[in-house]
Formats: sequence, structure tokens, C-alpha cells
Amino acid sequence: MGLLIFAEMSGKEVHPVAFELLGRGKEIARELSLTLEAVVCGAEDDVAEELIKHGAENVYLYHCEQEIMMCKECLSSLAKEIRPEIFLFGATKFGRALAPRVAAALNTGLTADCTDLRVEDGEFIQIRPAFTGNILAHIKTRSTPKMSTVRYRVMKPAEREDREGRTIRKDLPPNIPGSFALIKREKMESIDIQNADVIVSGGRGLKNREDFRMLETLAYLLGGVVGSSRPLVDDGWISRDHQVGFSGNTVKPRIYVAIGISGSPQHLAGMRNSEMIVAINSDPSAPIFRYADYGIVGDLYEIVPELIEKLEKNETSHE
Amino acid sequence: MDIMVLVKIVPDIERVRFDMEKGTVDRSSAESEINPFDLNALEAARRIKENLGGSITTISMGPQSMENVYKDVFARGADRAILLSDRKFAGADTLATSHTIATAIKKLKHIGLVLCGEKTTDGDTGQVGNEVAELLGIPSLYYVSELEIKADGMYAVVDMDREKLVYRVGSPALLSVTKDVNVPRLPTLKEKLEARKKSVEIWSADVLGDSEERFGARGSPTRVSRTVVPKEEGRKGRIYRNADEGIDALLDAFKEMAWAF
Ligand SMILES: Cc1cc2nc3c(=O)[nH]c(=O)nc-3n(C[C@H](O)[C@H](O)[C@H](O)COP(=O)(O)OP(=O)(O)OC[C@H]3O[C@@H](n4cnc5c(N)ncnc54)[C@H](O)[C@@H]3O)c2cc1C
Ligand SMILES: Nc1ncnc2c1ncn2[C@@H]1O[C@H](COP(=O)(O)O)[C@@H](O)[C@H]1O
Repeated sequence: MGLLIFAEMSGKEVHPVAFELLGRGKEIARELSLTLEAVVCGAEDDVAEELIKHGAENVYLYHCEQEIMMCKECLSSLAKEIRPEIFLFGATKFGRALAPRVAAALNTGLTADCTDLRVEDGEFIQIRPAFTGNILAHIKTRSTPKMSTVRYRVMKPAEREDREGRTIRKDLPPNIPGSFALIKREKMESIDIQNADVIVSGGRGLKNREDFRMLETLAYLLGGVVGSSRPLVDDGWISRDHQVGFSGNTVKPRIYVAIGISGSPQHLAGMRNSEMIVAINSDPSAPIFRYADYGIVGDLYEIVPELIEKLEKNETSHE
Repeated sequence: MDIMVLVKIVPDIERVRFDMEKGTVDRSSAESEINPFDLNALEAARRIKENLGGSITTISMGPQSMENVYKDVFARGADRAILLSDRKFAGADTLATSHTIATAIKKLKHIGLVLCGEKTTDGDTGQVGNEVAELLGIPSLYYVSELEIKADGMYAVVDMDREKLVYRVGSPALLSVTKDVNVPRLPTLKEKLEARKKSVEIWSADVLGDSEERFGARGSPTRVSRTVVPKEEGRKGRIYRNADEGIDALLDAFKEMAWAF
């Protein structure tokens, strides 16, 4: 029996979340004596080789487009054939859309958005935030395969090693159900907030949309990107891809700077796992301070320019 | 076009209190409301109906005590509202919920478009829509951020992580919309008063007539074995009221993390 991971392709490369699934998957497979396996749609041998180097013992390769209905048919027929005990997906948008279809086709349980997976007393436990992150639920599944989607950047990726494995080419299953006609496909000009190491976010403490420039300068000096709370996105001050929180992006940067953000549960849900949290807010009772490593109580219009000035000075003095 | 909208009644997430000890939500601490994400699905249904005609049926699974809150769907354009309610449905996970909803939809004979929200504020899985679609055997689109009706058909824009995909949508189909798709209209007082007079159809497990093993906790392969309140571990909590001191501390902290120097 196996622990199977779905390796999502992002263009010609494997999405990095797949290596994270292999990383944790390897530990779980060892504890439960399962074979670590991966399945990928729309990739070549070199990708299979990469997955093997990262720990997959078997890689199942489907030669098809990475499209939901097509993948669903491939993955559910593969699962019926090889009967994995555990089946993991990355909680990317594609993974989150695909996994429920596969789970329903297999009539099995699926746990969304896990932030941790472990084995306790020989049982597979899935851990996910519930109620906007106020609670962590431990979930067990009694059907097989036990399926989960797992958040990106919460687990350590598998190390690349020199090892051998098997690549198994699979034929497409018959009768792939039709989908809708794809008319157009365009790349979005979006910032890669989920991969950023530093995020400088602004909230309703900002008075004008132009004030985001100040945050951009600070983000630039720290080598990061600008984020936002939801109200400013709703007002059209900044595009949706910058939004952090429950209905936006979940992020885990090394440094998160919240400027003029009160720290509502919905905002916290998207950033509370950041490595270091900094808050700048004029209200000493703002909830964000309870989650902060460093906080400055004061007017952002005084503090941020001064911070920028000192950072700039520091930079030139070190060159 | 026959449109069905999946609507869940949830506790108001901005007000609800959590019992940190028990790790549960204190449902009496806040009023219930229509899941905010489902308001976008209802509004989308209304716009499609305004363009193409047809009728809107909402489907909700939940306790009967939620009936009055649920009536709000009439003020937001629903022609018919079905509440799937039975003690046997209690404790359902996404698979059992989807199974119950899909069984109800099949009873309604003709499937046109099924619309749902991106996720619920309490369940927060974003799984129910696609599971329903799979159980109905109809194609689905998730993360629909724009819907446009043109002379030659309906077009949906899907927002994926790094790209936008435009599809021409046929029927039957399930579409899960994001909050970008529209701004829901607020019901007028008159619409609200009218809505109170209408009645919700209550469907029990007997009406659905499926094996009891498929509903509620019994039909749910996943189970919450434990809940824990996450600790904000290791937060330093160094809060400065003096700006200069704070800035210097921050610069040192950045330096320690090898940042910006
Ligand atoms: C279903 C649902 C989903 C949601 N999803 C999200 C989400 O994904 N992301 C999100 O962010 N929100 C989300 N929200 C909204 C959330 O509930 C809050 O309304 C929002 O996060 C508040 O944003 P804010 O902190 O910027 O504004 P506020 O709460 O208004 O806070 C502004 C802060 O700025 C401070 N301030 C004002 N002036 C200054 C100054 N001159 N200097 C310094 N500080 C100043 C104030 O003290 C205050 O603390 C969601 C809500 C719902 C119901
Ligand atoms: N109990 C329910 N009754 C009706 N619709 C639901 C129910 N649960 C979920 N849905 C629908 O499915 C969507 C996704 O929900 P979830 O998977 O719980 O995040 C919601 O936005 C609703 O449209």
C-alpha cells in the first residue's frame, strides 16, 4: 500500500508544494510502512526523475493536459487500481478544486487546507485551522484513501538525493467527461505574495491610496512586497492579489509588517504563522499587538518615514 | 434557465465568540446570517435570471431553527427555498453534506445551473461545491470571478493562482463564484417584509429517501478527534510607545534576521 501525492505542474516545472508533500510524506510513509508514490499529469520523464530524487519510489506519469476533468478521471482510476492508503494534494487553487472531485468520485473523506500531518498511535492525523484560525482541529478519516489538501510553505521540502525509482507510464482512462470550451488563457500580472520573504501590509489606517507608495518604499528596502487588509482591496486602492487574510492569501513570510491594521480574526487567519510579526498602530489596544514580536504604538505617518530614512542611511553606510 | 443556489446559514463570524477551553464556537453569542460568500452566488443567479429568465431555487442544509434567517433568500431574489433538515443530517462532513444536497437536487429533476459560494465562514473547506458537482456528474468551474452573458452564451472567468482562464459555460454545470463576481444588492425593507410571508419547504431524510447510512455523522468518513487552541508561541511582544526606541529596536531585529543590511 502506498502514500500517494499529486505533483501539480506549474508550467514546465513541478510546483514546489509537491516537494513539501514528499518531505512530510516520506516521514509518514516510514512510520506507517507505506510506499511513497507520486502521480503527475502532463509532464515528461525529467519531472518523474526529479520526484524520484526527492523520495518518490514510484512515479505514475499521465500524458495529458493538466485540466480538472481530465486529471480527476486519471487520478480516480489510478486510485482504484493501486489503492493508496493516503492521497495528498497541495492546497493550491488547482489542488483545492481538483481534490474534492476526486474524493467524491472515490466516495472518501477529504480534509481541506491542512497545516500539519502526523501519525499518533499508528493513526494518521490531519490538522487544520478552523473558525478563522481560532481553533486547530485534529481530524481522522475512516475511509480510504485518506485524502487531504495541504497548505503551501508549511512543511519542509524533501532533500534532493541520488536515488533510484520507477517511472510508470499510464494510458489515459477511457470516457473522459467533457468540460467547457476554454476560450482564452492569460497570465495574470500578479505579485507572488505567497513566496515573499518580507511583506509590508497596509490597512485602514492609511488615509489615501497614494500612501501605499510609502509602504512600497519600505517593502523595497526590505526586499519584500506590499500586502493589504481587505477594506482597501474592496475600495479598489490595490488589487486583490495583495490581500492577506481569510478571503485573500494565506502567507508565511519571514517578516510581516502590519501598518494601520487592527488585527481582526479574518486578517490574522492569513498571517498569524509568519516568522516575525511587526505592528505599527496608533491604538495601543489594537488586537494586532497581541500577536506581534515588535510593536510601535504611534502615528504611522511619523513612524514609517523615519523607519525608511534610517534604513536608507544604514544601507548607504554599509556600501 | 433553472438556477439552483446552495446557501448555508452560518454564525456571524465577526461577532461570534469562541469557547477557548472547549475549542468550540458559542453559537448563542452571535446571530446567524447567510454565509457572506453565498450572497455573491445568489446575486449572480439573480443577474442570470434577469437576463435569461427562469427561476431561482435555493437549497440549504441545516437545522430548522435557522428557517427564519434563511427566509432572507426570498428578499434576495429566490423564487423557491428548500431547507434540508433532519436530525439524521446532523454532524455531516463535506462528503455527507454533498451527498445530501446532490440527492435533493436530483429530486428536482431538471438540472440547469447550480451556483455556490467559494467557501463557508464556518466550515471553510471550499469542497462542497465540487463534491456536489461530481456526485451529480456535471462539469464545474471553481473561483469564477466574472460572469458575462452575451448573445451567444455565458462566459466565465476563472482566477487561478497565476492565470485567468475564460470559459464558455454550457448547462448543466456547477459554478462556484468568488466575492469578486459582483456586489450583492441590499434587500429593501419592502422585500424583507414580503420575504417574511413566504414559506420555506422543509425536506426530511424521508423525502430524500436514501439509505440512512449516507447522512449526517454516520455518512461522514472524517471526524474531528480533538480541537486545540493554537498558542501564539514565542511571540516576543515587545511593544514600544516611544517611536524612536521602537524604530531602533526594529532595526536591530531586522539586523538580527540578516535583513536589509
Ligand atoms: C467573510 C469575511 C472575510 C473577510 N476576509 C478578510 C481578509 O481576507 N482579510 C482582511 O484583512 N479582512 C477580512 N475581512 C474583514 C475583517 O473582518 C476586518 O474588517 C478587516 O480586516 C479590517 O481591516 P483593517 O485592520 O485594515 O481596518 P480597521 O479594523 O479599521 O483597522 C485600522 C487600524 O488602523 C489604525 N490606525 C488608524 N490611523 C492610524 C495612524 N495614523 N497610524 C497608525 N495606525 C492607525 C487604527 O487604530 C486601527 O487599528 C473579512 C470579513 C468577513 C466577514
Ligand atoms: N449545509 C449547506 N447547505 C447549503 N449549501 C452549502 C452547505 N455547506 C456548503 N454549502 C455550499 O458550498 C459552498 C462551499 O462550502 P464549504 O465547502 O463548506 O466551504 C458554500 O459557499 C455553499 O454554497
